[in-house]
Amino acid sequence: MTSTAAPRMRAKQRPGDRLFSGTALAAGALILAILAAVAAFLVIQGVPGITADPEETTLLEGTDFWTYVGPLVFGTIWSAAIALIMAVPIAIGIALFISHYAPRPLAATLGYIVDLLAAVPSVVFGLWGGNVLAVGVQPFYAWLAENFSWIPLFAGPASGTGRTVLTASIVLAVMVLPIITAICREVFLQTPVLHEEAALALGATRWEMIKVAVLPFGRAGIVSGAMLGLGRALGETMAVAMVLSASNVITFDIISSINPSTIAANIALSFPEAYGLNVNVLIATGLILFAITLIVNTIARYIVNRRKEFSGAN
Amino acid sequence: MNFKRLGTIGAIAIAGTILLSSCAAATGSTDGEGTGSTLTGTLVGAGASSQQSAQEAWVAGFQTANENVTVEYDPIGSGGGRDTFIGGGSQFAGSDRAFKDEEIAEDNFASCVPGTGILEIPAYISPIAIIFNLDGVDSLNLDAATIAGIFNGSITNWNDAAIVSQNDGVELPDLGITAVHRADDSGTTANFTDYLSAAAPSVWTVGSIETWPTEFGGEGAPQTSGLVDAVTNGTGTIGYADASRAGDLGTVAVKVGDEYVPYSPEAAAAIVDASPFAEGRGETDFAVNLDRATDASGVYPVVLISYLIACNEYASSDSVDLVKGYLSYIISPEGQSTAADAAGSAPISSTLFDKAQAAVDAIK
Repeated sequence: MTSTAAPRMRAKQRPGDRLFSGTALAAGALILAILAAVAAFLVIQGVPGITADPEETTLLEGTDFWTYVGPLVFGTIWSAAIALIMAVPIAIGIALFISHYAPRPLAATLGYIVDLLAAVPSVVFGLWGGNVLAVGVQPFYAWLAENFSWIPLFAGPASGTGRTVLTASIVLAVMVLPIITAICREVFLQTPVLHEEAALALGATRWEMIKVAVLPFGRAGIVSGAMLGLGRALGETMAVAMVLSASNVITFDIISSINPSTIAANIALSFPEAYGLNVNVLIATGLILFAITLIVNTIARYIVNRRKEFSGAN
Repeated sequence: MNFKRLGTIGAIAIAGTILLSSCAAATGSTDGEGTGSTLTGTLVGAGASSQQSAQEAWVAGFQTANENVTVEYDPIGSGGGRDTFIGGGSQFAGSDRAFKDEEIAEDNFASCVPGTGILEIPAYISPIAIIFNLDGVDSLNLDAATIAGIFNGSITNWNDAAIVSQNDGVELPDLGITAVHRADDSGTTANFTDYLSAAAPSVWTVGSIETWPTEFGGEGAPQTSGLVDAVTNGTGTIGYADASRAGDLGTVAVKVGDEYVPYSPEAAAAIVDASPFAEGRGETDFAVNLDRATDASGVYPVVLISYLIACNEYASSDSVDLVKGYLSYIISPEGQSTAADAAGSAPISSTLFDKAQAAVDAIK
């Protein structure tokens, strides 16, 4: 019995144990220290930008900081949200195919290819999006503007180059696809075989089995995968900067030349020529982005924790 | 004991390296005298990114001729370059605009002797090409008002009467115009819109701007290469970019007086001679009031001009010879043709060269 009142046994500490626990602790603390350092930098450098006199900073053009950052925040969340709406269903589909439909050799190859997609640098996605994808989808945008302009999303006039927020979101969707797919696949594979067999034994078809056993089990995994993807989409810089034709506006039209920019892309475009207080303004927008990602991740944590009963433990 | 021995070996090695490298440095300097140059030291400049490729070529050329000299040019942008120069962080600056009268009147240039003023030379003249992508059309004739109308969104189709009337015999399609502008703040945009506001003030009403007004619409694309890509890949697109980057795209011949002038280095350099120097400035201040609305023949008015800015009299004499040497090299025919090869700029005219050389020689 372990619950007797015997004196607590202490394992003998060997130098290797101490060294390992020490380095592990240091590694853990380092993450916190780095995060704190980044946050401190953003706050110290960003606050002068938030309180900057609009007349003295060329970036603000006489409006205050919040008017400047508003459309950027909207554009960041808008483009990431459109990307997620496109990426999540496809990612779930790919993950289900790999985990439950594909023959084993094909599944392994396909999984490898999806992971490979994550290794493509974002600059390459940007080049592809701007020079290939935008050109390819432009006629489709023109068609949408012609036939569906009564829907506010497609109000048009369609962009002549296809470099719109929808194109940027497609690129973002492709970029977050491997992350979401990989997590969903791992979670779906962990569905207890007993659950699946029970469903099949009760006469469920394969799709019904997935609906009643796999998807409910994997819901937390899907959410956390989607949130990780959202985190990447929110912060993506080069791909958006290279694809998007950006203005500082808020608009829901996703196929016209006038699109809201994103915070990260705006920093990348404006920073090279920025000086003086303009730099602080840009860093302050970075602080806002930092806060947005923090909030998104907190919400994701909250959702995942609330759904704990579905996680691998049972 | 082992450590001790290693330490001894290390000490010998370090001492040896120092000895050898000092020998190497000594031989280096004798070699330097061999090329006939007595200049040594480091020259620091900062400023306009438009000059970047030209400055890189100048630095390479100047350092080859003077091996003991290091020139650093930091392309932080015109505004940053002027601030750095005022603060004394650089010995010369590159800027897409000259200092304003009131900035010179403040006379707080940290590197210069107070009261001696500054030297400003429009040493980098680069034509801006108006590029477009239309199947089967290589060149279009347009006047300033039409160009301004296209870029402010009031002319939206290629078969608009304003365009057709100026281009007899060119088949213009019934196709929407997509005007592409720079998404980042850019001296190219500032100079292009400066031309529009000077030559077509009734159509282009917002003056010379760096940030594109949202109400004008059009596409935004980052950097010169992004803009050229957008124009190349789009249909019915038009944009503006440094002429060296126009490639195979169609270009616009701009109406000046009664004729249409296509861009060329000579026509671009001609506008500096056709324009008066800014009045009320020092003898060595060659700030130009570009007369972009000029009627003079053979002038291409859509140009980007970037200045080299230095002191007339330096507070510390350390860098005087370096500044003189480097600026002389830049404005020399050799330096100008180096930049023309590297950046597609237009060599300055011999009239400007004579005046600028005299001013550079007078630097103390």
